[in-house]
Amino acid sequence: MRFDKTEISLAAVAIALVLFGFVSPGWLIFLLTIAFAKALVVQGVVMQMRSGLVSFGQGLFYCIGGYTVGMGGQFFGIHDAIAALSLGMLVAIAVAMVLGLLLTRYRDIFFAMLSLAFSMILFGILVKSPELGSTDGFNVHNWTIFGWAPDGGESSQHTVFTLTILAGLVIAVLIHRYTKAGIGVICEAVRENEVRVEYLGLSPRWLLYGNYVSAAAVSALGGGLTALATGHVDPEMAYWTTSGEFIFIALLGGLGHVAAPFIAAVVFSVVRTYAIELVPHTWQMILGFTLLGVIVFLPKGLWSLVSRKKAGERA
Amino acid sequence: MTSLLAVLIDGSIYASWLFLVAAGLTVIYGVMRILNMAHGSFYAIGAYSAASLVGWYFNNGIGPAWISYLLLVGAALVAGLIVGVIIERGLLRLMYGRDEILMVIITYALLLILEDTMKIVWGVNPYFAYQPYSELGRTSLGLLKVSNYDLSLVGVSAVIGLVLWGLLERTNTGKVLRAVIHDREIAVAMGVNVRLMFTITFVIGTILGALAGALTAPAISVVPGIGIEVIVLAFAVVVIGGLGSIGGAAVGALLVGLSRAAAVHYAPEFELFVIYGVMSLVLAFRPEGLFGRTLARKI
Repeated sequence: MRFDKTEISLAAVAIALVLFGFVSPGWLIFLLTIAFAKALVVQGVVMQMRSGLVSFGQGLFYCIGGYTVGMGGQFFGIHDAIAALSLGMLVAIAVAMVLGLLLTRYRDIFFAMLSLAFSMILFGILVKSPELGSTDGFNVHNWTIFGWAPDGGESSQHTVFTLTILAGLVIAVLIHRYTKAGIGVICEAVRENEVRVEYLGLSPRWLLYGNYVSAAAVSALGGGLTALATGHVDPEMAYWTTSGEFIFIALLGGLGHVAAPFIAAVVFSVVRTYAIELVPHTWQMILGFTLLGVIVFLPKGLWSLVSRKKAGERA
Repeated sequence: MTSLLAVLIDGSIYASWLFLVAAGLTVIYGVMRILNMAHGSFYAIGAYSAASLVGWYFNNGIGPAWISYLLLVGAALVAGLIVGVIIERGLLRLMYGRDEILMVIITYALLLILEDTMKIVWGVNPYFAYQPYSELGRTSLGLLKVSNYDLSLVGVSAVIGLVLWGLLERTNTGKVLRAVIHDREIAVAMGVNVRLMFTITFVIGTILGALAGALTAPAISVVPGIGIEVIVLAFAVVVIGGLGSIGGAAVGALLVGLSRAAAVHYAPEFELFVIYGVMSLVLAFRPEGLFGRTLARKI
């Protein structure tokens, strides 16, 4: 197996981050864990955006991933983190395979609205389920990893952090290969002109279907990691404003590079942490203006700052 | 029998409220092709303006109660007009011509901005304007006691629906608007001032949203976040009926209203589920909604 430059840099950054985890203060580790876990959900949004679909309901799979991890430990005796996370991805894949059959018939705002409706259905079910804590959700704790139980607090925080970084690295490399492969390039062709892709003898619908299902799995992984990191899940994960946040991060980063969602998620988390502390009532307004700014001035996201600089160097 | 009657009454009241909320959304989409996520914020702005004005009116004990109803409507008209003109002229005008889906995200940004603007203007404490609601008393229908305010909401929403229909079908401006809906480019070529039409439409839409909020304000406590809850409901209604169709919004509202009322009475755990369940079902069989037009794919 050969690795290209991007993959080697991703791995280098991942190793650096894992090492950084040993010296960094706890709050920073927590912030980064949440940011990277969310970035995985955003990767799911971006995968679909590349083929022209904007999902306003990615929170559905974020929530499924989180709740499966929580319920696995609570009700089914699955305490191993890896097993629970994989189970979450499997459940998400199963759900996505059914919903995808319907959703891939829609484009543009209809896809957006219908995906939103499905995540709101899950939200509606969860808030009316007293066994699952209704609107409060429930706590996720007592998980182990390969039979080893981290003794709460710092230690488990650090374990989730390392786990998230490794998962992020694997997913990032996979997505990077996918976008560079023929089939990944076709995704952009579908966004540009779907009918022509069909003329060329390819089925955009099945491409979008595969995209949708894999995006669901990636997002569920992000949800599961968030549940492990925060030790809590609640129905808010499926609420449409959560999905809006993912779209925000996706646009902030741009579709230019697999690393963009990670960077954008970290920027988002840092800004949010300070903004909520300093200006609690104008935090959303800052978000809104930033979003407008990105759409008008940086239509290709933060990553275009990097690639523009590179292009400048070459010229 | 009583529970069936209750479902019918609750359902129609809820449906008329839904129609009020959804009408503005569908009008804006029909003409401008903008699925306006900030519509819920217009609703909230209407509710806040009405609640603060009516609250002030009663606290000072200035005059008779019937004036408060005029104040409700007046507050909505003024707030809707101001907000509508500012947003259309100041923001949306600069954004026209972008993808429909990008416009959704732009209005989402607008929603975020308006949510906090409201917190700055009105603070985070709840506002109450219950007097217009309690003033009208209750009527007994069989074994049920129903608030007259709620019942009159059914009438109000029917009137608003009719006025909208009349505007579109029976006036000159309406004819021009329909031309724009049908084909924007040809309309421009025929000398229609599409920019003006957009402003008019958007202001009508915001006023409708604000009106829905103002009329709801007496029945609820006005708190931050009410617009966020409302917008997804309005989406469901509009999408079921077919985006851009006023008749469709009415049918969608009835469908959602009655099924939710039935769920509340017979299976309360499915209350929220039912709304989006109906929406997904309709979309599965008629992607363009019940009254939507099918568009040919452009190559």
